[in-house]
Amino acid sequence: MGLKQNLHNLKEKYRGTKFEQGFNALHTFLYLPNITTHSGAHVRDAADLKRVMNTVIMAMVPVLIFGMFNAGYQHNLAINGVAEFLTMDNFVVGLKKILPLLVVSYGVGLGIEFIFATVKKHEVEEGYLVTGMLVPLIVPIDLPLWMLAVAVAFGVIIAKELFGGTGMNVLNPALTIRAFLFFNWAAWMSGDKVWVHGAVDGITKMNGVDAISGETILGTLAANRPVTYSLQDMFFGFIPGSVGETSTFLILLGGAFLIFTGIGSARIMISSIVGAIVMGIIFNSLAGTLMPALGMGEAVSGVIGTGSKFFGLMSFPFWQHLMVGGLAFGIVYMATDPVSASQTNRGKIIYGFLIGFLSILIRVFNPAYPEGVMMAILLMNVFAPTIDHYVVQANVKRRMKRLKTQTA
Amino acid sequence: MSKDIRIKKGLDLKLKGEAEKQLSDVARSKVYAIKPSDFHGVVPKMILKEGTTVKAGETIFFSKKDEAVKFVSPVSGTIQEIIRGEKRVILEIRILADSQDVHLEHSKKNPKTLSSSEVREHLLASGCWPFIKQRPYDVVANSVDEPRAIFVSGINSAPLEGDLDFVLKEKKEVLEAGFSALTKLTSGKVHVTVSPKSDFMPSVEGVVIHKGKGVHPVGLVSTQIAKIDPINKGEKVWTVQIEDVAIIGELFLTGKFNPERIIALTGSGFEKPSYVKALINAQINDVVAGNLKEGNYRIISGNVLTGDKKSKEDSLGFYHNQVTVIPEGDDYDFFGWNIPRPNKFSVYRANMFSFLTPKKKYDLNTNTNGEHRGFVLTGEYEKVCPLDIYPMQLLKAILVKDIDQMEALGIYEVAPEDFALTEYVCVSKQDHQKIVREGLDIMIKEVG
Repeated sequence: MGLKQNLHNLKEKYRGTKFEQGFNALHTFLYLPNITTHSGAHVRDAADLKRVMNTVIMAMVPVLIFGMFNAGYQHNLAINGVAEFLTMDNFVVGLKKILPLLVVSYGVGLGIEFIFATVKKHEVEEGYLVTGMLVPLIVPIDLPLWMLAVAVAFGVIIAKELFGGTGMNVLNPALTIRAFLFFNWAAWMSGDKVWVHGAVDGITKMNGVDAISGETILGTLAANRPVTYSLQDMFFGFIPGSVGETSTFLILLGGAFLIFTGIGSARIMISSIVGAIVMGIIFNSLAGTLMPALGMGEAVSGVIGTGSKFFGLMSFPFWQHLMVGGLAFGIVYMATDPVSASQTNRGKIIYGFLIGFLSILIRVFNPAYPEGVMMAILLMNVFAPTIDHYVVQANVKRRMKRLKTQTA
Repeated sequence: MSKDIRIKKGLDLKLKGEAEKQLSDVARSKVYAIKPSDFHGVVPKMILKEGTTVKAGETIFFSKKDEAVKFVSPVSGTIQEIIRGEKRVILEIRILADSQDVHLEHSKKNPKTLSSSEVREHLLASGCWPFIKQRPYDVVANSVDEPRAIFVSGINSAPLEGDLDFVLKEKKEVLEAGFSALTKLTSGKVHVTVSPKSDFMPSVEGVVIHKGKGVHPVGLVSTQIAKIDPINKGEKVWTVQIEDVAIIGELFLTGKFNPERIIALTGSGFEKPSYVKALINAQINDVVAGNLKEGNYRIISGNVLTGDKKSKEDSLGFYHNQVTVIPEGDDYDFFGWNIPRPNKFSVYRANMFSFLTPKKKYDLNTNTNGEHRGFVLTGEYEKVCPLDIYPMQLLKAILVKDIDQMEALGIYEVAPEDFALTEYVCVSKQDHQKIVREGLDIMIKEVG
């Protein structure tokens, strides 16, 4: 029987020892276990949590690979002024920067998961497989690895394990990690020096190059300067930004894949987009630029004048808001996290709408940090149980009403 | 008023091994074993001792909590052994059968001319009472209650369940007598839901016939109750399986308790899936004799979603009209969590392509296809649950034993079997039916 039998024997040998959980985690990665049903439904669906998480990871792979190309592309573009996108050189530059991020993220996160599983004597759970993949995609490329390691440890322990592990957390762990990074090392997480590999001062000076500008589109808008990227660049993602957030096109494909497989919630994704559009339209109207945003007619003078510090972001066409920054990435991959999102179908629609709505609100009113989606999702994570409570209460009330009419 | 029920939220699991419409007799078992655990919550008090002889239909034990509810021997013979477990709990009462049954004779009665209490007395005395179950809680009905209504499902929608048109085709007369008796037990209606094409149902005064179609769980009585007249707090309704209504009817017509069932032998483990006639509590060995394939199979008394795991030496469950045999799944599968598996079925499209072949019949085994985890995915249970209930919220309320919340979320409206499909689709591999049973037991204890 070879490997299968040997592993089975090892499993029996480690049963009850402190190696049990760690060994089983590796064993069940290689082999679907031989567990059978005992009562109740004697047959079960072919999908388990591993298969589900694996599907989410598959939906992120295109974004990850694109991010590697884009990292090199932005780097070379900044240095040389011109660059090809699909070159091996770009990919290698990206790979060299992103692979370590991935390794640190998984290494630290899974390490902690293994320790907790061993101490608490439960199986290693799959939640971190997705979180570990998300984290490198939502940080700036030059983020020092030690910072990432500290943040991952914080996120996994505080946001997840203290609440009881996979399925019990209130906040999305990946976003908690990002928020931790942002509030501790804001200089590494915002501004115009971090979004392109090599843009950080120290490194560029060593290379003998003057400052590389690594400003994101949102940063440009917040400074009330005109955007220099074409729509195509924005949509396909040839722009600076966090590793995985730039290509709206690939994120949309990933989202469609998640909806098709039945894993991601279409309700959350669509209502988030609607929420963002509604807020965008409100701001466009205030800035008097709704008509040009729709492609019909001229701008009029709005409530917010061109001199306002909010004008740049407010006048930005509402539908283009969807293509810049981390909004699309947040909506598709993080707002849909089933554990921290609303759990009822009606609740998901409210939850999603508010995420989109608040994302644009925060984005516009916080020029110092023009990325609202992280805060919006974390905030709504906190409110998700409240939303669910009221949705479920409607069901409870219906039941109470039936009882009253019955006894009346 | 008759209603049309159409169920869209649910799932028809398509399995191999549907029973061919052929009926044969099976050899009489040497031993018939009654398991008190078939009657959830009943604590048996024995009347007869080991070694005494019994007639078919003679009381062996009664319920300690409700002494009028009697449980009788399906055959005549000798009580061979009373098997007890921890704390002297009675696990099984084994009866060595005579070669021919001598029945305890009751008088023939016409239920139409009897009063309510006479029907009740007759059912209690003859041992037919345990066929009547109560909602809420899915337990044997109390002998003194009067239910708001009685619900009977005339649809078999669970995987591979027997075809009622075949099983009941010559039972019109006994069904009529049985339903007449049931109408006497409630001042409300007796509701029967049948599929539009069925024609086994006689028309009986006081019985409302509804039409139901759609996917499983259209055949589950909770689904029908929810659509016809939902249960509220403080109310009690009764349910009886339609095959058991026939047994009740026969009691009135012949004066004998004749516990004969037509059992559907289904699943890929049978050489020839078909129907057999057997008595309640017959030994499975005799029921499946000569029909089983060689190999590592699981025998289930009942269907794959709600049945009980049995060995060949065990007896048929009291309420079961089906034996399902499917392959055991106690083997490892190399990268089985990841690679698409054409021989398995999934409602998700997560690297599984069973959605491409919606009509394919599967030979599913008993592997859980994954380890037990916390609840993660949301919105999936709702797709297979037609009840106006939030399944995950209710399950969580049960897990934390929050009685008010359980009540508010509708625990009175459910039975464990209603959570069989959510259990099937659960990627966290939680045992939903077990959780719901525990929840119902907590409610029995705390609320009563």
